[in-house]
Amino acid sequence: MTDAKAPLLEMRNIKKSFFGNQVLADINITLNEGDVLGLCGENGAGKSTLMKILFGMDVIRDTGGFEGDILINGEKVTFDTPFDALNAGIGMVHQEFSLIPGFTAAENIVLNREPVKKNIVSEVFGERLNTLDYNEVTGRAEKAISKMGFSIDKDMVISDMPVGHMQFTEIARELSKDNLKLLILDEPTAVLTEKEAEALLESIKRMSEKGIAVIFITHRLQEILTVCNKVVVMRDGLVVKDIPAKDTNIREITRAMVGRNVDMNAAPADSIENKTDVSTDIIMSIRKLWVDMPGEIVRNVNLDVKKGEILGIGGLAGQGKLGIPNGVMGLHEAGGTVTFNGEEIPLNNPRKCLDSDIAFVSENRRGVGLLLDESLEWNIAFPAMQVQGKFLKNYLGGLIKWRDEDAIRKITEKYINELAIKCTGPEQKAKELSGGNQQKICLAKAFAFEPKFLFVSEPTRGIDVGAKALVLDALKRFNKESGITIVMVSSELEELRSVCDRIAIVSGGRISGILPASASSEDFGMLMVSQVK
Amino acid sequence: MNETLERTGFKGRVKSAIDSFGLPRLIIACFLLLLFVMAPIVGADFATQITNTLNRFSWNAVLVLAMVPMIHSGCGLNFGLPLGIISGLLGATLSIELGFTGGFSFVMAILLATPFAILFGVGYGWLLNKIKGGEMMIATYVGFSSVSLMCMMWLLLPYHSPTMVWGLAGKGLRTTISLEGFYDKVLANFLKISIGNLSIPVGTILFFAVLAFAMWAFLHTKTGTAMTAVGSNPTFAKAAGVNVDKMRMLSVVMSTWLAAIGILVYEQGFGFIQLYMAPFNMALPAVSAILIGGASVNKASITNVIIGTFLFQGIVTMTPTVMNSMIHMDMSEVIRIIVSNGMILYALTRKTEGSK
Amino acid sequence: MKNENSNGFGKKLKTFLASNSVPIMFILICAVCIPISGFSISYLLNEIVTRMGRNIFLILALLIPIMAGMGLNFGMTLGAMAAEIALIFVADLQIWGIPGVILAMIFSIPISIVLGIVCGKILNRSKGREMITSYIISYFINGIYQLVVLYMMGPIIPIKHSSIKLPRGYGIRNTVSLLNMRRCLDNVFAVTVGGVKIPVLTFILIGLLCLFIIWFRKTKLGQDMRAVGQDMEVARDAGIDVEKTRVISIVMSTVLAGFGMVIYLQNMGNIATYSSHSQIGMFCIAALLVGGASVEKASIGNVFLGVILFHTMFIVAPSAGAKITGDSMIGEYFRVFVSYAVITVALVMYETKKRREKGKLGAQLQEDQEAEEKKAKEAKA
Repeated sequence: MTDAKAPLLEMRNIKKSFFGNQVLADINITLNEGDVLGLCGENGAGKSTLMKILFGMDVIRDTGGFEGDILINGEKVTFDTPFDALNAGIGMVHQEFSLIPGFTAAENIVLNREPVKKNIVSEVFGERLNTLDYNEVTGRAEKAISKMGFSIDKDMVISDMPVGHMQFTEIARELSKDNLKLLILDEPTAVLTEKEAEALLESIKRMSEKGIAVIFITHRLQEILTVCNKVVVMRDGLVVKDIPAKDTNIREITRAMVGRNVDMNAAPADSIENKTDVSTDIIMSIRKLWVDMPGEIVRNVNLDVKKGEILGIGGLAGQGKLGIPNGVMGLHEAGGTVTFNGEEIPLNNPRKCLDSDIAFVSENRRGVGLLLDESLEWNIAFPAMQVQGKFLKNYLGGLIKWRDEDAIRKITEKYINELAIKCTGPEQKAKELSGGNQQKICLAKAFAFEPKFLFVSEPTRGIDVGAKALVLDALKRFNKESGITIVMVSSELEELRSVCDRIAIVSGGRISGILPASASSEDFGMLMVSQVK
Repeated sequence: MNETLERTGFKGRVKSAIDSFGLPRLIIACFLLLLFVMAPIVGADFATQITNTLNRFSWNAVLVLAMVPMIHSGCGLNFGLPLGIISGLLGATLSIELGFTGGFSFVMAILLATPFAILFGVGYGWLLNKIKGGEMMIATYVGFSSVSLMCMMWLLLPYHSPTMVWGLAGKGLRTTISLEGFYDKVLANFLKISIGNLSIPVGTILFFAVLAFAMWAFLHTKTGTAMTAVGSNPTFAKAAGVNVDKMRMLSVVMSTWLAAIGILVYEQGFGFIQLYMAPFNMALPAVSAILIGGASVNKASITNVIIGTFLFQGIVTMTPTVMNSMIHMDMSEVIRIIVSNGMILYALTRKTEGSK
Repeated sequence: MKNENSNGFGKKLKTFLASNSVPIMFILICAVCIPISGFSISYLLNEIVTRMGRNIFLILALLIPIMAGMGLNFGMTLGAMAAEIALIFVADLQIWGIPGVILAMIFSIPISIVLGIVCGKILNRSKGREMITSYIISYFINGIYQLVVLYMMGPIIPIKHSSIKLPRGYGIRNTVSLLNMRRCLDNVFAVTVGGVKIPVLTFILIGLLCLFIIWFRKTKLGQDMRAVGQDMEVARDAGIDVEKTRVISIVMSTVLAGFGMVIYLQNMGNIATYSSHSQIGMFCIAALLVGGASVEKASIGNVFLGVILFHTMFIVAPSAGAKITGDSMIGEYFRVFVSYAVITVALVMYETKKRREKGKLGAQLQEDQEAEEKKAKEAKA
């Protein structure tokens, strides 16, 4: 790599905002042929947005494009679709598999680039009636697999494969493209066994030797140090570290990932001191919990929640922190035991949790949290009405339970005022509100339920700064004034530290440690990546 | 959300108003209006036209009402209506077989149909709970299968009443059974208003009004609210502690029972019980009527039922007379097929409607 | 080892029985009904061979949309209507025999293509509920068909021949006779083996279509359809034009159904103008399913097995029913019931299968955890 040669990829001053929220600010990255770049950062740091920009994904254009330039071999390029990026020699292996389940590995490797033979019919009716050249299909697949250096059965149907082999099939597909210069791997080792992961790292090294540059996104920092020659750490839309891999270590990377000004978390300190009602009584104790929540699997979790506290649950995405509330509340299949106030709560039955006055604000607002097509009134009053029989008028000795529209209107208006929900009135449809206001409706729903215990999952995801502060304040106030125990799950560590008393970190589906909110970010960071799977 | 933002300005508002009402509905309403205007011009008696439309409205309204519960609970359009109709037919034939006559036979028919409707509804609901998301196609074929199964049953079941069985063989029910002496027009003649050529079947309309009111009231109770929430977002309902399967089951049983009552009301107006393949195609008119009334695959109200039935039956009754006198062609059947199926197609292909 | 083997065999037998339950049930029905019906074997064979020639081409038209993941194409009726319109024109032109059949097929192509495109575009707007939509489309287009044939033929579309026109001066009669065309394909090269007449040319056409389908699966377009059928999103990400591919599959199915209908009607010898097409979709789909096909998977073998079993049942049911119950109508209704029931069962199986995958992982997690605890205990000890 001589200086005279232009770098393979150069990203200059990349900026991007979604609806006024700046998610990338002035990113500069340079990559030479054969470079292996390890890209790490917490969720929401901007990694995936950056990759989406590089790959020309539709979402970027649909949300107003981006600022800055992408140069390949010194020439400025614009990618309108992923296909442009593919043509320019950029390949990407996404976290979700993009494979046809009923096709063999070979067929998937050459998908839509199948080698064909002409025939009489295709001469008349066009190219799509060319017959496939199966020998050539096999040949190309074999070539790509040998290039990768990890042997998979090219004739095996994808749906019969172990999940790791699917990942390798995807990589082989990218490698089968002759013009491939840059390969982006988004958490490729997440689904691999230890052996397979090692093999993958080997194959990355081989690619690099052949001159293919690799961008390797992972939470497993050890892997980055093993295989990369360059590490880029992102935080809050900025590149906070860009150094050769040999000059750094895990501790330093972790600190860069989560580290913030230590002064910042001084703020909640006094509020914790002021809190007198945090007792040592255990209100909920979770034992041997497993939860089958796709993408957020929980394994063997033991956790005690103290009465009156705000307990934070943090951790990287996909490590299982979301699985805990969803499992306890019965929204995903779970096993183990949960005791609340000394009584065991049966799992897999949302009603039982609600009957014990445990409420849940789901991270999936649109899917679980809201009745999008119904009015705000309905959204706020529904669980309280169904479970506790509030907002109902009884006629004929309770035989007829009539909806009490007045009471519903009253409570809705109360929360619209209290939480400053921007809407045209209590009868507006929930789908017409902005994300932040929808989140407030979800909170109002939980507050109207008047629970003893509240699970809040990602309460600030996808909402703007102003709304964020309001939501967090509301939670704090609710905890303080009504003495409600709150378990808050969030992927933003700073947010947890500003609200919670204690924070449990989930890694690899297990609790890797519980620290007071005042612990250093570095310690949290180490816990986060400790058991990453 | 983006769409609503884009649709500002007057033009946008007009467009969104048309969008929400639906172009096909607008066309159908205008078409019916045109028919009413044309009727006197081409010499058809206006009062008779209104009478016919009201009559047909009163026969069919309950069948259309039967669509409402299942739409509310998210089971989609009840293409399995024939199953409920069969319960009604069993009630009707049993009532006659057991020797009840006059108005009382109608009451007995309802009472006898009820256990069948509940039984069939529970089975049907259980099936639909196993195949959430694919309800409509399976509902259609459950309807068809049950109709063809009952075709055999009508022949085999030991009915003996001479008014119903084939005269020669002495067994096997006839395809059409006259209700004279039983409950022919019991509702229609109750409080009937006649002014010249105009006559209004007040009794039947009242009967429908009572059922419609009950349905409206049900939707305002705790259970009714839960049912609507299940249809609107089943995961939300589950998270709020509602037993989704139970709600869906209840809605299916209600739909089936209303269909049973609906066919009895239809028979008392029409004057005959029609067996064998007759229930086969009764689902489609009811489905398209409620859609014409403004319902979608997962939203429906009592107003939709009333408007829809009126528009649909208005077109069915008016087109033959008006068309015939205008161009001397009876195209009403063809128009009915195109309008009703076109409306269902429109509802099925709207992306915003019924993402489930 | 041995035990395992026999277990394996038992398991295999079980899965074989489970996955072929519908054909096996039909074989049993036929086995019971054939002796009761009292038909001679040669009569039965003759009937079945005739019906095979009549129906197989139509049923084969269903295979392509299944391959493209669009389920059972209830919209094949559209092709049947196109064929009927084409045959009406041919009958009006008084071109009979083989030239008439060929001309009808040619006429049907543009009509089928137009209807197929319309149907395909509508189905693209209702992904995930293709079947109910294609089913309603067939009703809707039936309305349009009636409008054209009953009112427009005569005043707008010139029809000369009075033998097919209604006496009132416009519209087509309820039946259009194709007597001069009757079995003209079937009779070419027909041979009689042991009293069974075999319509060789028709079978050759069917054979050619089978070869075409086998060949088509190996083309780029066929591969694309299979990809689209299995996962639309993945196919789209790979750069396949999903919408267009789906429309093409429906157009092909419609055109083939048109040809199939011409073959069907030349065998029947007349067109029931307003009802020939209405039941054809249902019977073809039922036959295919009886042959062991499912909503997402169907082979040529399913078609042949299905036609034989379904039509055997169809032939023997009325007479067997009459012999058992003493009422001839029972058998008639029975076969209608079975046709609908088999479609219902197939649809239910398809939908439940889609939902069964869940729950496996949970059990796995629990097992893992237990194994882990055991290990921990052992380590302690």
